[in-house]
Amino acid sequence: MKKTIVIIALSLALLGSLLLAAPARKMIQIKGSDTMVNLVQILAEEYMGKTPGAAIAVLGGGSGTGITGLINKTCDIADHSREWKQKEIDQAWEKGVTPKFFVVAVDGLSIIVNDKNPIEQLTIAQVGALYRGDIKNWKALGDYQKPVSLYGRQSNSGTYVFMQEFVLGNKNYSADMKEMNGNAQIIEGILQDEGAVGYVGVGYLYDENRQIRKGLKVLKISKEPNGTGYLPTDKTAVDSGAYPVSRPLFMATNGKPKADVAQFLTWIVGPEGQAIVEREGFFTIGEGKYKAANDKSFK
Amino acid sequence: MRKKKWKNLKEAAIKAFFFTCGILAILVLLGIFLTLLSTAIPAFREIKISEFLTSTHWDPTSPEKAEYGLLSMIVSTLMVTAGAMLLAVPIGIGVSAYLSDVAHWRVREILKPVIEILAGIPSVVVGFLGLVLFGPAIAKIFHTGNGLNAVNGSVLLAIMSLPTIISISEDSLNAVPRAYSEASLALGASHWQTLLRVKLPAALSGIIAACMLGMGRAIGETMTVLMATGNARAFPHGFLDSVRTMTANIAIELGEVPYFTTHYYALFAIGLVLFIMTFAVNLAADVVLRKYQEREQ
Repeated sequence: MKKTIVIIALSLALLGSLLLAAPARKMIQIKGSDTMVNLVQILAEEYMGKTPGAAIAVLGGGSGTGITGLINKTCDIADHSREWKQKEIDQAWEKGVTPKFFVVAVDGLSIIVNDKNPIEQLTIAQVGALYRGDIKNWKALGDYQKPVSLYGRQSNSGTYVFMQEFVLGNKNYSADMKEMNGNAQIIEGILQDEGAVGYVGVGYLYDENRQIRKGLKVLKISKEPNGTGYLPTDKTAVDSGAYPVSRPLFMATNGKPKADVAQFLTWIVGPEGQAIVEREGFFTIGEGKYKAANDKSFK
Repeated sequence: MRKKKWKNLKEAAIKAFFFTCGILAILVLLGIFLTLLSTAIPAFREIKISEFLTSTHWDPTSPEKAEYGLLSMIVSTLMVTAGAMLLAVPIGIGVSAYLSDVAHWRVREILKPVIEILAGIPSVVVGFLGLVLFGPAIAKIFHTGNGLNAVNGSVLLAIMSLPTIISISEDSLNAVPRAYSEASLALGASHWQTLLRVKLPAALSGIIAACMLGMGRAIGETMTVLMATGNARAFPHGFLDSVRTMTANIAIELGEVPYFTTHYYALFAIGLVLFIMTFAVNLAADVVLRKYQEREQ
């Protein structure tokens, strides 16, 4: 009896000392945008492969979740596909968090339908009308007799907020919109639903062979009725702003990034990271205003 | 003498330890309830309770006007749960009757553990099945275009509550004294008559309790319905409409809600409503089960 107790106590002590002695490897915690989660995961993997000792954990959950995480100091980097709301910045300051923003990629927000749908092009206003619930049947837009079935994201998604602001004109989404848990689920829904329309980040359009996924159709979007429509996969159109719903994708840190976080961010906005961004279907930040803004945040 | 004192002390310590363990569950439950209550009440400084319970519009992040109406979600939750029970109760009772009275003991030895394993499948996996397997099938059967609706949720929740229902019903059928069925058979009743008229009525309260517990599981389930029901906020007009349950709504919005705002408090108020509902169901199950045990003695 006594022997057992001694043995248990000894092994517990051993276990404790092992835990304490284990090297305190600092893990970089990244949380946020679901649009960016695949991209950031791949960036992190490639970076860890190149940099011995680097440890990065990437989680999704939506832009709002990441931003809340940074404010509550539960992550080191927040991914977000929309800008911070004033309320969030105020809250951060109250908690002594001073967010610094970095643009790491550019996304052409893609409006997609099932490939049975004959419509090829819509105006921004028409997409807005669809999502506000003003247009209930596709026949109002073209030769297709089918009720519209809306697919969107949930309110913790940056993409949800971005669409609401820039496409719906700050009006309510239709209550009939199905609110899916992520980009991938929207695509699953649209592949099966002939009346569907949805919005996803451009990086989600491709299958493993870098082709647009079978069964999906990406719509051309124009600013004006009868204007020229552009595809979100068209790099020049997105870069020049001719594609009307493109947006920067951000990473935010608390204060000026330090040590390993700074290294990782520098690598992402550098040529190697940007090559991966392009390979994954998103667009690079280029040499213009985004780069200038990043340089300012690094200082 | 000293040894005896030491022994008494040890006895008392052990007693105290087990008492703490026993009371811990009550303390935790009380703590959760009080936290829920104190975080839910501030919501009603800005939201009228009547609006909260009777309006069908929920859109707290609306750029136009924030609205806090819970009715659509209450109805959605009840619909999905009722649908699940409609499927799971007959199947569950049928399977448990089969297991306890009809099946060969070898079949039972295999089937029962397998059914219990069903309870261990993570809810995300069930939800994913709903998304890619049941959804398209339901869309095809009902010609609805998509299968993200209350039917899908009901089917999945039925699958998830079946193990509970089967397992407890079977136990209560087995607990019916042998003398009952032997007497019935001796009087010339067939197996079927014995099962239907003697054993099932005798085990009825246990079976009802099993169904209640299964229902409690269905009401509280989150991930599965979140993935499979489409989460549209509109008031559902039928089982083929997309629905958003209360649990799904809390899961969707709690992650990003700014702390200590009306929206935050309102989510806890939903939690409170849900807590009261599951509590009522579990309490009912407990009362029925107790009645059944009393009769056993």
